Amino acid sequence: MKSEAENEMSDVASDVRECTLGADTTESSNRWSLRTLASGWRKCDSTGLPVCLDAQFFIRINAVFAVIFLLIGGIAAILLALTRWETVNLLPSDWFYRMLTLHGLNMLIFWILFFEIAVLYFACTTLLNAKLFSRKVAWVSFGMMAVGAGMVNTVIFQGQADVLLTSYLPLLAHPAFYLGIILVAVGTLVGVFNFFATLYMARRYRTYIGSVPLVTFGATAAAIIAVVALLHGAIVMIPTFMYSMGWVGQPDPMWYRMIWWGLGHQSQQVNVAAMVAIWYMVATLTTGAKPLNETVCRGAFVLYILFINIASAHHLLVDPGVGATWKIWNTSYAMYLAVLASMIHGFTVPASVEVAMRRNGHIKGIFGWLTAAPWRNPAFSAIVLSVVIFGFIGGITGVTLGTQQINIIAHNTLRIPGHFHATVVGGTTLAFMGLTYYVVPLLFRKDYILKRLARIQPWLFAGGITLMSVGKSFAGSMGVARRTSDIEPAAEAYGAAVHVFLGMLGVGGVLAFLGLLLFVLLTVGTLLIGKSNAGRPMECWGKPVDLGRHDTPSSGGEEEHKTPGTVILVGIFLIAFAVYYFANWTALADVWPVR
Amino acid sequence: MSLESPEKDWFKSPKGTERVWIGIALAWCLVMFLMMPYWHLFGKQNSTGEAYKVEPRQFEERVNQFVEANQVGELDGVPVVEPAPGGEAYLLARMWSWYPVLKLRAGETYRLHISSLDLQHGISLLPMNMNFQVLPGYDHVLTITPTSAGEYTIVCNEFCGIGHSLMVGKLIVE
Repeated sequence: MKSEAENEMSDVASDVRECTLGADTTESSNRWSLRTLASGWRKCDSTGLPVCLDAQFFIRINAVFAVIFLLIGGIAAILLALTRWETVNLLPSDWFYRMLTLHGLNMLIFWILFFEIAVLYFACTTLLNAKLFSRKVAWVSFGMMAVGAGMVNTVIFQGQADVLLTSYLPLLAHPAFYLGIILVAVGTLVGVFNFFATLYMARRYRTYIGSVPLVTFGATAAAIIAVVALLHGAIVMIPTFMYSMGWVGQPDPMWYRMIWWGLGHQSQQVNVAAMVAIWYMVATLTTGAKPLNETVCRGAFVLYILFINIASAHHLLVDPGVGATWKIWNTSYAMYLAVLASMIHGFTVPASVEVAMRRNGHIKGIFGWLTAAPWRNPAFSAIVLSVVIFGFIGGITGVTLGTQQINIIAHNTLRIPGHFHATVVGGTTLAFMGLTYYVVPLLFRKDYILKRLARIQPWLFAGGITLMSVGKSFAGSMGVARRTSDIEPAAEAYGAAVHVFLGMLGVGGVLAFLGLLLFVLLTVGTLLIGKSNAGRPMECWGKPVDLGRHDTPSSGGEEEHKTPGTVILVGIFLIAFAVYYFANWTALADVWPVR
Repeated sequence: MSLESPEKDWFKSPKGTERVWIGIALAWCLVMFLMMPYWHLFGKQNSTGEAYKVEPRQFEERVNQFVEANQVGELDGVPVVEPAPGGEAYLLARMWSWYPVLKLRAGETYRLHISSLDLQHGISLLPMNMNFQVLPGYDHVLTITPTSAGEYTIVCNEFCGIGHSLMVGKLIVE
């Protein structure tokens, strides 16, 4: 019986390959393959890809909640920027730390996790022609995450959790704070389970042919890293919650730091993997780019899975009680193999765009392909800016500050938030914004309003974040601490120039906030009053390029691609990297000897 | 096409510039990795993480003994303490002050014990911008050689409650 069913499945699978969409191939009982189902899916009017309606629903609510948390975090952000801008110094210290706690959790945890669950549901359904595994599981996941996030935000506003994102023990918050975080983490794990279950069903019932698409592969890498990160979260948060209830003794502060950052830093690697998957996705949607070599791109994602999980050490480089050997091995992700992965993606993403543009006839000079690129498409400009900010500012500073000894002149200064706002905001958040410019037309089926404003939004946001990150980095090099409401009490320790850089931080923060606000207004406005595009291809940024065309092979690797523009770009990157890296060693050599 | 399944025979080694770039990137990663052990052998600024378990109260007692034995003056109500050149020095972090004010000699090497009485703190030595973590229960030992004379500021750079930004101390080098 079973084998008969399986035969039937494989017949269906071969049908699917030739399936012209909507054709009647529903003779089988394959209830996982979208294109063979009578209902529960629709064919996308713009791309021809099958959209699972269950998945679409959960993508929508997760994305809407993500944007709500982005707005909450953004309002906190502008208050913080106006406080660190020393000349303004807006908030009193209690509200500064309260807003800092709110900002960290809403931006780094809620906005990103809700959006990532949406990305996962998309990557495992539409791209695999598969039905979402379970509505119930998706509801449980969403419910736990929403309730948890609500609890955390409530308890922060009640002033009972002024402990910042990291809540370093012995600092203690109200138990509801930890319980909320645990709910969000477990809810996310449940959503990730739904993703893996859908992958399994898709494979088991052969809803697609061959290997999964690269974007699904990248999303899977992100999901695997998320499981490891969230398990660390459970290990550290459950005892801390129990301690806050008075049930057990206080966990060791060093142990807390090590395991907490197993959650905290690894979550950022989830973001990196998801962001890179989105780079590939948007590059394809906007320019028709194909990976030059699937093996290389996938191999780089595998490097993330294998090596990125030991990054907890980045936060313990000048800690007591952990030895130098442990620090060196872990901080370098085992000889920087995860950095290698990012450097590979940093080449293959622009190179694939260059090849696609040249193939379409934009062959003038070295950079003719780049000037002719679809800059009027905000999704495209968002990911270009995301690649540049992530690589040139976030990546270079991150590896340098995470060098064991250089961390002595960087730890807990503003250089650290200067770095991670370039990775997680200029990189991840901007990439998520770029993708949203397609999520709304394709999955909410509304064409964007005010397209001109949308076109400048990524530039405004990216410009603000860049200015803010650079201001932070320079102020941090002069010793200004992060997470401090006011530097006035130690004013004589800093040069006058520090106010220029803190001013840059403030102005950059204002610009980035305006960019964020514009994004939220455009997106929410489109959802409310945008013109429906149901039944026709999306209009706002033109139809996604090249999708559904099978005439050009997707694996590449056969022919050698010429990408002179990309070669020059990565060359500039490597030089900038080396200059910044060795300049920091030189600066380190100037401080007092210590061991 | 990143949104579609690749062709069956996608497993291929990279070619051309992509291959060269992977090689260069790998070489650069190894250079960066080797810099760290190199600096431990030949560089002068390292964090070895030398630390000993200590009860906060016990550490406070040691600091008090150290202050009693070596006090040379007072600055804004805080004792100024001059440890023997090349000897042990103690610094206590607590909400929200550094205790005591240390007076060191340029060119001498000290074993500086730092720990916290309550929450986590961070020592940031300014304008040098040298930073280390301070944890309760851990006696963090920095073997440090001040090389330049002057009056230095110590600020706390780990969030430690509402008065965190007021946690400012002094260190004098002669």
